[in-house]
Amino acid sequence: MKYDVRICEILKKEEIAKGIYDLTVEAGELAEKAQPGQFAQIYIPGKTLRRPISICSADAAQRTMRFVFEIRGDGTKLLSEIQEGQSLDILAPLGQGFCLGDTSRRALFVGGGIGTPPLLYAARKFGGNASVALGFRNAEAVILEKDFRDAGCKVQIATDDGSYGYHGLVIDCIGQEMPEVVFACGPGPMLRAVSKFAADRGIPCQISLEERMACGIGACLGCACKILRDGREVYGHVCKDGPVFDAQEIVWEVG
Amino acid sequence: MADLKVTVAGVEFANPLIAASGTFGFGHEYSEFYPLSTLGGISCKGITLKERPGNPPPRIAETPSGMLNAVGLQNPGVDHFIEKDLPWLRQQGTKILANIAGNTPEEYCQMAEKLSDSDVDMVELNISCPNVKQGGVQFGTSCAGVEGIVSAVRKYCRKPLVVKLSPNVSDIGEIAVAAEAAGADALSMINTLTGMRIDIRTRRPIIRNNTGGLSGPAVFPVAVRMVWQASSRVHIPIIGMGGVSRWEDVVELMLAGASAIQIGTVLFSDPYAPVKILDGLRSYLDSNGIASVTELTGKIQAY
Repeated sequence: MKYDVRICEILKKEEIAKGIYDLTVEAGELAEKAQPGQFAQIYIPGKTLRRPISICSADAAQRTMRFVFEIRGDGTKLLSEIQEGQSLDILAPLGQGFCLGDTSRRALFVGGGIGTPPLLYAARKFGGNASVALGFRNAEAVILEKDFRDAGCKVQIATDDGSYGYHGLVIDCIGQEMPEVVFACGPGPMLRAVSKFAADRGIPCQISLEERMACGIGACLGCACKILRDGREVYGHVCKDGPVFDAQEIVWEVG
Repeated sequence: MADLKVTVAGVEFANPLIAASGTFGFGHEYSEFYPLSTLGGISCKGITLKERPGNPPPRIAETPSGMLNAVGLQNPGVDHFIEKDLPWLRQQGTKILANIAGNTPEEYCQMAEKLSDSDVDMVELNISCPNVKQGGVQFGTSCAGVEGIVSAVRKYCRKPLVVKLSPNVSDIGEIAVAAEAAGADALSMINTLTGMRIDIRTRRPIIRNNTGGLSGPAVFPVAVRMVWQASSRVHIPIIGMGGVSRWEDVVELMLAGASAIQIGTVLFSDPYAPVKILDGLRSYLDSNGIASVTELTGKIQAY
């Protein structure tokens, strides 16, 4: 099976920044299948829809998966209240993750806010060949910096208010980078800018998107996003065609 | 062991559970979890004469005990369905309902004609989609509209014809009678109720289509009421649906008058719901000494 539902015990839970939680769960065979950039649909008791959460990392040997998520509404609030020792009903691994290719290439990872976690697993595969640029609102919102450094990556941090690292947009601190491949996840304007950065230099770029989602497996067609397929614009689906897309495939909507 | 077989308009289903159109695609994705023969049948994603791109996103919003959707009938068109999707689906050992929607009566008729020569078991006439500008629900909200479209399609449809009714009407009984009089072999009900949510920060509707179709447990009592009202007015069988998420709901909707049941939204929170519902239904029948699930249909003792 490509994906399945599993009841997973929460082994570790920590609030790593205000409203941002780091969960490690016992995930059995799901951990062996999970690829960088894929996601999980987590059941929230009492909610009609599961919540799509990116897989931050997976450890096949330990059979664990890690999720880092932010409280965005009722569902993620409830998720944040589930404690260590309790279990989560997880449907995973889902979607098309990052296509890593040759990990001896120089790779640039660009993350914005809660778009940072899905990059970690992929960046680890590149280790010292990865340069990582992450943007946050302020010093308090910075997450996963140590994890990327521990993976051997070169890390730059930008904050909107200058309270930590570079004062400004993350896109403004990657100008000198000369990567051979780019991976990005974060807010729309950042992704468009990263996409342009790569296109201007003729570098391949992969982008992870999000959209309101129902089934998570490609059956309901809820999580539409406009993409180019065979030269024409069509609605693809974040859950099955993505969440990772080739940047050149994405049709950016204005406004 | 109780008998779960049901027959609707001459088509025998191994059990009364049918995946509802629009929640199950053409089956591939759910075949990862269990053989599709687990289900009595599958009502395929709504198809149109030509490919449709669907509505712009966002298409989904969660609501208390339910959800809104406005997918807008994204589908590859009837020819693609017959040539590419149906052959695989046909081999899965379950009954196939082709759900069709059109902009005009002619489109419905053309599709019915094409599908009559195909391998599907039934045609489900979608005259109740709230999320497309033309067609869809405009045919389904007046008796004259229902009678017109059903009698037109009847002439071209050589498969058992199921008419899927909209709940967005003032008298469901009258609509059901009109569908039966025009030649429907069965009814399926209810489609989604039109709803809306607004983001109070942006003052924008959450769904790009502004409105969407409400489904999930929130609509279940409406489904029970409408199936009950319709079943007292017609002689043709009714496939009940609308927020069914537990085996108890299946029993309840059958007591209200349904001969088979479609399930949809529950699959999003629990893809294994069909397996669990069937297990629960079997135990219920066995422990109550009910030999066949068909004995439940219409056995409500109303005041």
